[in-house]
This record gives sequence, C-alpha cells and structure tokens, in this order.
Amino acid sequence: MSTLSERILGATAGEYVDRKVDRAYAHDGTGVLTLDAWRNIGSLRLADASSLYIHFDHIAPANNGTTATLQHELRDFARGSFLHFSDIGGGICHQLMSEGIVLPGEIVIGADSHSVTPGAFGAFATGVGATDMAAIWLTGETWLRVPESIGIHLSGRLTGAAEAKDLALTYVSKLGTDGATYQALEFLGEGVRTLAVDERLVLSNLSVEAGAKAGLFYADEITLRYLRQYGHEVLHQVPETCSYNQEIDINLDDVVPLVAVPHRVDTVKPVHDIAGLPLDQVFVGTCTNGRYSDLARFALIVKGRKVAVRTIVVPASAAVLAETIRTGVLTDIIEAGCTIGTPGCGPCIGYHMGVLGEGEVCLSTANRNFKNRMGVGGQIYLSSVATAAASALEGEITEPEAVR
Amino acid sequence: MKGSGQAVCVPADIDTDLVIAGRYLRTKDRSLWAAHVFEDLDPSIASRLKGAVIIAGKNFGCGSSREQAPIAIREAGAVAVIAPSFARIFFRNAINIGLPLIECEFACVEGRTVTFDLSEGWVESCGKRHPLRPLSPRMQEILAAGGLVEYWRASR
Repeated sequence: MSTLSERILGATAGEYVDRKVDRAYAHDGTGVLTLDAWRNIGSLRLADASSLYIHFDHIAPANNGTTATLQHELRDFARGSFLHFSDIGGGICHQLMSEGIVLPGEIVIGADSHSVTPGAFGAFATGVGATDMAAIWLTGETWLRVPESIGIHLSGRLTGAAEAKDLALTYVSKLGTDGATYQALEFLGEGVRTLAVDERLVLSNLSVEAGAKAGLFYADEITLRYLRQYGHEVLHQVPETCSYNQEIDINLDDVVPLVAVPHRVDTVKPVHDIAGLPLDQVFVGTCTNGRYSDLARFALIVKGRKVAVRTIVVPASAAVLAETIRTGVLTDIIEAGCTIGTPGCGPCIGYHMGVLGEGEVCLSTANRNFKNRMGVGGQIYLSSVATAAASALEGEITEPEAVR
Repeated sequence: MKGSGQAVCVPADIDTDLVIAGRYLRTKDRSLWAAHVFEDLDPSIASRLKGAVIIAGKNFGCGSSREQAPIAIREAGAVAVIAPSFARIFFRNAINIGLPLIECEFACVEGRTVTFDLSEGWVESCGKRHPLRPLSPRMQEILAAGGLVEYWRASR
C-alpha cells in the first residue's frame, strides 16, 4: 500500500524518478536566475509554456532602480513567452496557485521553498532552486527522490482562539527544524475534516519549516467543494494503510495560541508565557496567513477599536484584496488604524514595505523569524492572526482571548 | 572527484538567510555575494573561504530556496561543504551550480587540512578517515559535468 507521495509519483519511497511537471512556477526573485540559467544552457525553447508560471510578488512594486531593471528583463521575457504571467499586485505565487490552479494528484514544482503550500490540495508540491527550474523550462521534467513519509494524525477540533497557525507551530516544534528532512508529511485523521482549505494551506505551508519535502492532504469533500468554486470537478483521494517513517498524534483540542521566538521557527512558547513583550510593528499577511479568511478574522477583532502600534496588512492576492473591499473588511482594518500594502510578500523577506530597524520588535503572521530577515537587528516573533490582532490593539504581545 | 582545504567550522541549522542575507540578493554581481557570505553569522568567515572546506553541523542550508547561497560559497573560493545533513533544496542547488556537498559527520577542527575523495567515498581529517554517504548517480553526473547548466548543455 502506498503513501500519497508514492501514489502521485508512481514509485516507492527511496526510488529516483524522472517525472513530467504538471505546473512549474517561479517569482521575481528566483525567476531572474532561472532566466539566466535557461539562457546559459543555450536553448531558446520552453518545453511547455502552458504549464509555466511567473509571479512578481517578492519585491512588488520594485523598491529601487536595480530591482526594477532586473524585473524589466524578466517581465519582457515573460510577456513574450506565452507562459502565465502575473505582474506586481497580482499576489503571492503560492496563493495564486491555490486559487483554482493546482489540482489533486498533480506534480507541482515551485522555485521557492514554500512551494509545499499547494500540497493542501492533494498534489505533490515541492520547492527547488533557479537552475532546477531552468531545466524544467527546458525539458518539462525533473528528477525526484520519492520521499518516505511521516503521518500526522489529527483528532478533535481547534477550540477557543487557537488557529491552524498554532497547530502548525505545534507540529514544527515537535518535529524540529530538520525533523522531516528528505521526507513528506501526510495530514490524516478525523481532525482533518474540521479544517477548511485555508487552514490546510497553513499546515502545508509550514511543512518546509520542519525540513519536509512536501506536506500533503488527501483531497476530500472539502477540497472538492473549494475547487468547484473555480469550475473544477475532482475526485476524492482515499488514504490506504501504509507504512510511515514516523507517526505523530495531535489532538486539536490541546492546541493553544503559540509564538515562535527569534530566531527559530521550532522554538515556540505559549502566548501566555510571553505576553507583555512590547512591539514596534505588527505584520499580517504572507503565503501563511494573508488569505481572505485571515483578514476577515483580523478585522472582526480590531473593528471599532484602534491599534496601538504600527500595523501593516498585506493581502495575499488581488482576489483577496477585492473580497475585503466587497465585504467591508478592508474598511474595518483601515479605520482601526492599520496600513495596507500591495498584494504580495510584503516585508516578510525584508526588502520593502515594512523593513525593521535596529532593535525593533515585530510580531508577524509569516513563517520565518530568521536572524536579520526583516531588517538588520530586528527581532521577529511569529503568531496566528488572532494573536497578531490582539497584540496590535495592545501594542504588546497579548493573548487573543484577552481582547474578546 | 578529489579535493582538500583548510577547515572552516560553522554550527548546525545554518539557514540560507545567514549564508547570504536578502538585502544582497537584488543584483547579479556574484562578487558581492562572495564578499558578504556568512556576514550575519560571522563577518570574518568570508575572507577565510579561499581554498577552504566548510565543515558544518546538521541541516546546513535550511530555509529559503535562494541559489545565491551556494553561489556565494563557491565564489568566495570554498572547495566543498561537509555536513551530517543538508536541507534538500540547498542540496540540489549546490550540486546544480557545481559546488560539491559531502554528507559525513566528524568533529571540526578549525584550520586543519581536510582531504576528500568522492569516488573512493572518504573524508580525511586529523589523520582519520570517515566514510561519506555517496551522492545519487544523477547528482554525481551533474556534479561531474560542473553543474546542471553544463550537464544539459553537454547533452543537447
């Protein structure tokens, strides 16, 4: 019996395979080097432009002349190559691939480490670097080692203010930053049925923070209903009895709001233990927590109040932004004193739109708190949306229940 | 493939933000990446990498998929990186740009000469030979070609 990775890749764990890539995507950061590598190979051929995507999200719009010039070259290429191109403001690559593009059973490769995100749809989705992406542009294929898998069995349901992000930080802290290296995670059990697609995307997104090659959910009724909005009819994927390298049980009822403290994602503390830490900035967004449901939850908490610290909210995509306008969520966020950034990665990687100064402390809903990532000498704490909202209102790390 | 160099020791779980910070990525100037490699870990490392072998703790290269990380290490003059394990994207990226990675575990002694022979499968340090985990056949081919660009150029 096979794991989902084995089923999709059509081989047994440990085997090396060459596989056609159903969808391959790069962004303005990795795309520049991909284009160079592809040109250096000497081919001017794309194996299958219809399966290729380029999204401008990392520095969007460009922050200076150097970036603008690099983007200009890649944009010109993208426009002339019949591949799918999303310019600045369209949104984060992983989010765009999750808006009705990636389907269950597909092999999806992104030139970004968080390309594990669309695993939430029952696809085998993983990240590579620029040169691997160039080879995919050239051949339409890539080599993969079929990973062993770790089964994460979920039971119960999230209660109180706990969110999928807190669950994600829970499993990353259990596994450690390399606990799943070279392996795939499979999320299983009754608890999965309580998680919406947006929540599954959070869990898949963080899988790389435990070193995982992929983080997969089996497509079920919830997946099917989500993809139906985009006009797709897909089939369920039924888990088989199979052997896992390791199995972890998590009861969702036990999950409490957590914060990952600098500079490691696997070093977490209950919000309760760190409450009162003064903040200079709160950032809500990213491929982890910048979806409509995240912004709506944030708005529900800050509506009618004022944030006590500078708070930057960046929708994950143009569609997310449009939805917040349609429903009034955006107005609630702005009237609470927050500022809105162009859909994209925002300040997560420390290029623009909220870079931290020396000694500043930021609470972020992103997925990485590495040293100096958002600015030299800045400290990054990672949390859920509810914790970020409560903390923004108080100007210090605050338990989400405290402001209800 | 054989090689040798002076050991430069770095700790476990070094992420690619620490190898080359995001603030230096928006350029194609490889010498700039080499000049700032490991800056946020220890600014003195960059000048010691010429002809060196980096001996790292487990999980070297975790985090971002930025290929500038192995490029910066190679451009700074390092001949190989040895660690008990590597994050998988960094692993592919390094081989793809022709930087040898060696999965092998032993205590690092700063400045000591480290010698390796990939075809015979050993690393020697402080007079002791340690077995290494061989690369997959495909990765060996890519490395032997000098990187993935050269591999595909040759096969076309």
